Amino acid sequence: MSDITALSASSLSDALAKGELSSVEITRAHLERIETTEGALGSFLARSTDALSHAEHSDARRASGDSRSPLEGIPVAIKDVLCTTDMVTTAGSRILEGWIPPYDATVVRKLREAGLVALGKTNMDEFAMGSSTEHSGYHVTKNPWDITRAPGGSGGGSAAAVAARQAPVAIGSDTGGSIRQPAAFTGTVGVKPTYGGVSRYGVIALASSLDQVGPVSRTVRDAALVHDVIGGHDPHDSTSIPTPWASMTEAADAGARSESLAGLRVGVVKQLVGEGIQSGVTQRFDEAIELMSRNGAEIVEIDAPHCEYAVAAYYLVLPAEASSNLAKFDSVRFGLRVTPEGSPTVEDVMSATREHGFGDEVKRRIILGTYALSAGYYDAYYGSAQKVRTLIQRDFAQAFEAVDILISPSAPTTAFRLGEKLDDPLAMWAGDLTTIPVNLAGIPGMSIPMGLAPEDGLPVGLQLMAPAYQDARLYQAGATLERLFAQRDGYLVSERTPEVV
Amino acid sequence: MSEMTPDAVRHLAGLARIALSDEEITKLAGELGAIVSAVETVQSVAGEDVPPTSHPIPLGNVFRNDIVGDTLTTDEALAGAPDHDGTRFRVTAILGDEQ
Repeated sequence: MSDITALSASSLSDALAKGELSSVEITRAHLERIETTEGALGSFLARSTDALSHAEHSDARRASGDSRSPLEGIPVAIKDVLCTTDMVTTAGSRILEGWIPPYDATVVRKLREAGLVALGKTNMDEFAMGSSTEHSGYHVTKNPWDITRAPGGSGGGSAAAVAARQAPVAIGSDTGGSIRQPAAFTGTVGVKPTYGGVSRYGVIALASSLDQVGPVSRTVRDAALVHDVIGGHDPHDSTSIPTPWASMTEAADAGARSESLAGLRVGVVKQLVGEGIQSGVTQRFDEAIELMSRNGAEIVEIDAPHCEYAVAAYYLVLPAEASSNLAKFDSVRFGLRVTPEGSPTVEDVMSATREHGFGDEVKRRIILGTYALSAGYYDAYYGSAQKVRTLIQRDFAQAFEAVDILISPSAPTTAFRLGEKLDDPLAMWAGDLTTIPVNLAGIPGMSIPMGLAPEDGLPVGLQLMAPAYQDARLYQAGATLERLFAQRDGYLVSERTPEVV
Repeated sequence: MSEMTPDAVRHLAGLARIALSDEEITKLAGELGAIVSAVETVQSVAGEDVPPTSHPIPLGNVFRNDIVGDTLTTDEALAGAPDHDGTRFRVTAILGDEQ
């Protein structure tokens, strides 16, 4: 096999089952790929030193008939927001530089128990605050499609790693689009599951009422395979949903085999298209609607008026919750401690530590959140934002009475240039308008590539949204669409990713 | 545009326990004024009768039996601490000279 890293996790799994490849060969190929491309991309913050040894164990299990899952022996990259006992975990922040957690996140434990081989920890905006990965406390990650452009954020590292074939699949986290927008920018697939569908135990919290962990991949089926491994109830996470889940892989397979769009009622959210959307994104989106319609989908325009206020509500809810969550970085139990001269009190030490350890965007959002929660302003800001959230949920509930799924562009633009929005937080935040309503409502969302924009040749993402608990619907429709796009174009967008080096 | 004075930012930074420099305070005062103006649109959207949503999926309290589960050992809990005495986290003085 000439290029192992070009294969999907699903194909690698087949090759492993047939004995055509070993996990050691697959893992080595990806480690070599990381070695040659990492200098140009910077996807990783930490690399595992014992990936090959884990791969050997996997091969031994397979040889003795003890394969643990369909993804036994498959390499995976893990966003640095998830705790790992064998790799430094920083969430992209200097305040946690060098920290080795005393326990694994449940998602990490499940990956290990399913036999996957962790390659390393991927770069991200500090504490997942950002849309470009430029707010990482360590380094900037480049977009494999054009290294002068951002890979999106906050999960730019996971998306870049998967797009550039450094890993077949990865784990991301999505608070306002941090899985879906990087997927759109890098021509990959990313899924934000229903809120509570995947455990957040051991995931460093950004905004607890919004955060969700999910898969990053190059195909819909690969995302489904990972989703089936990491999803499900976890007693360690009190927000974890206890109901059983359908198999996402079966849903993806059903979608790949069938014409699942026939008779499907597809809603186009008026407020998420049109103004502020790049022309090539609109063009590919209109073509996607046309393609869906030709394949039997019933297209319905949906009015969700409160989505217009989603970005404003989000940038009150998120900073408020983040300012509270990040209070734990107090220089006492873990991470950095900076002690000022003289005879400082513990409060002086905390303040100096947080001044040194946090980057600009994190400070900005903590201060904003502190303001939104402060006495006299709470009702006007945080309280009002929570009410807008109710109205957005109602808009979605009403929409899903009329349609089965909703669609929009995953992001208003293709990948923007590094530095382009770094000094203008409001411009950076405005780019989240298509993904944020999904988090506020707690529903699942998926981004799949729907072509390349004519004006810049960069990938364009299509977002699919489903009612809460109906994640399988995304995989079924997504797999059909993926096949239709490939038939139309003659290739999958991810197969066109430039060589990087 | 909402007013955000350097003094207000300094006060918030104190509450948030971040020792911002004067330069940062000046910069943040300008940025936060613009941000607050942009986000305060939420105030005009919902009426009195709309209940707030704090959590997107309705879930009740979660209880478990009161038995000791798998917990960290003292050594594990202290392993990442900047300073400790073997059994406890060590910090500098809680009270300053003037207190």
